[in-house]
Amino acid sequence: MTLDKIIDPALKKVPKIEVKDVKVWYSDFNAIKGISMDIKPNTVTAFIGPSGCGKSTFLRLFNRMNDYIDGFKLDGKIKINGDNIYKKKINIEELRKEIGMVFQKPNPFPKSIFDNVAYGLKIQGINDKKFIAERVEKALKQADLWNEVKDDLKKSALSLSGGQQQRLCIARTLAVEPSIILMDEPTSALDPISTAKIEELIFELKEKYTIIIVTHNMQQASRISDYTAFFYLGELIEFDKTKKIFTNPEKQQTENYITGRFG
Amino acid sequence: MNNIQKNRLKDQIFKIWGIGCTLFGLVILFFFIGDILIDGIQRIDWSFITDLPSRKAEKSGIYTALMGSIWILCLTTVIALPIGIAAGIYLEEYSKKGKLSALLEINISNLAGVPSIIYGLLGLEVFVRIMSLGASVLAGSLTLSLLILPIIIVATREAIKAVPTSIKDASYALGASKWQTIWYQILPASSGGILTGVILALSRAVGETAPLIVIGALAYVPFAPSTPMDEFSVLPIQIFNWISRPQHGFIENAAAAIIILLLITFVMNGIAVYFRNKWQKKLK
Repeated sequence: MTLDKIIDPALKKVPKIEVKDVKVWYSDFNAIKGISMDIKPNTVTAFIGPSGCGKSTFLRLFNRMNDYIDGFKLDGKIKINGDNIYKKKINIEELRKEIGMVFQKPNPFPKSIFDNVAYGLKIQGINDKKFIAERVEKALKQADLWNEVKDDLKKSALSLSGGQQQRLCIARTLAVEPSIILMDEPTSALDPISTAKIEELIFELKEKYTIIIVTHNMQQASRISDYTAFFYLGELIEFDKTKKIFTNPEKQQTENYITGRFG
Repeated sequence: MNNIQKNRLKDQIFKIWGIGCTLFGLVILFFFIGDILIDGIQRIDWSFITDLPSRKAEKSGIYTALMGSIWILCLTTVIALPIGIAAGIYLEEYSKKGKLSALLEINISNLAGVPSIIYGLLGLEVFVRIMSLGASVLAGSLTLSLLILPIIIVATREAIKAVPTSIKDASYALGASKWQTIWYQILPASSGGILTGVILALSRAVGETAPLIVIGALAYVPFAPSTPMDEFSVLPIQIFNWISRPQHGFIENAAAAIIILLLITFVMNGIAVYFRNKWQKKLK
């Protein structure tokens, strides 16, 4: 078994994610206490919940970014297009090319704008300069940054504003052409205008990608997501269409949280 | 006197005390350098650098010792640099954090504090006798490499630790392997810090005397080394030799050689400071 089903460009179908009874420990601490959920292709799913509820940990399971944390242990299954991504023989690098990630704080490399976006291609061993230049342009256009930076692609990425840096990070992720994009509070360090730009972007990207976003901003979740999952103390309290969660949640806890009565 | 006035007075007293302490070290250093300059500066000319050692003070030069020092410096760099940096990378990025790595860590930190003469004895036994390299440039460089390895390893680890996790995360999340992340992100971002550590370590190596005397480096060699297997002398040994002679001319020579040695270490430290500043600017 390989990840062919996911990465075969001819079959470039956006995959679905199935999570079955996943539990996570950090040494003795039980961070995720048995969560199951299915995530549909071409949707935006928002993870909400108070700090420390496990939503970021849960998000980082999908591209195995928790692997580097000491004492990390997982039980249960996460399948992407039917493949268990925690089986022994998986190629983690291939998996991460398929599942991109945007982080909370914009984290461009201390390199030029161009090199930032080209990095994902370079590490795949792609040397075709024309191909790389095209991909970089395409990714920057997709991330709605091209018009602002097209004249100084050689400038350091660190000279950009915070909002531009975050869109650069999104472009960097898009250049690798993943099918799933994970976003860990991507706008929490940005001003309202930059935030609005990124939300628009997420809306456009939904056509081609499956997006999972962790957010502390209730309005943001209700604006951009199709589905919302509410986490509390390592458990999935409620997972439903966003509209339902925000208008008529099943559980009292969910209602308390989204109306700001706790959390 | 009320409380505020009392506190102000204490503040003043401490300030003056601090200035005094700072000046104490500087004044002694300046006095020393001034003294050396007065003794040695008129002795320095081109022939002092290019002349071979001689029984007559005024004919003696530092050519063989300077060349010996340069040989030692280059060979030590070639040996210690790749080993030290690789070990630093391994300890910081690959080794599992556990009892073994904690033990290694403590040992390496301790090794940095072992007196240099002990390294000399180790070099004498292992390199000179068991590996029968003799009192050669190679044996000297290997011994000094052991001496500065802990410093390079510690500096490499500190520099790597200073690279923000967010950059590593970004690289891994794009599908980079561990090695690619180290090569394309971690090493470029930490190179300034690593280089600083390496240069400081080397400037220590260039001033070391004891371990080289122990392995049998000579005070008098008629020729500069031309292969790594040749016998050699280095500047500190030459200085030590001249100082122990009674004639005044040799004291002048020693002072002049000290000026050259100080110049070398100052220049090396200057380069280290330059790289550190450049690196800090880059990381912002």
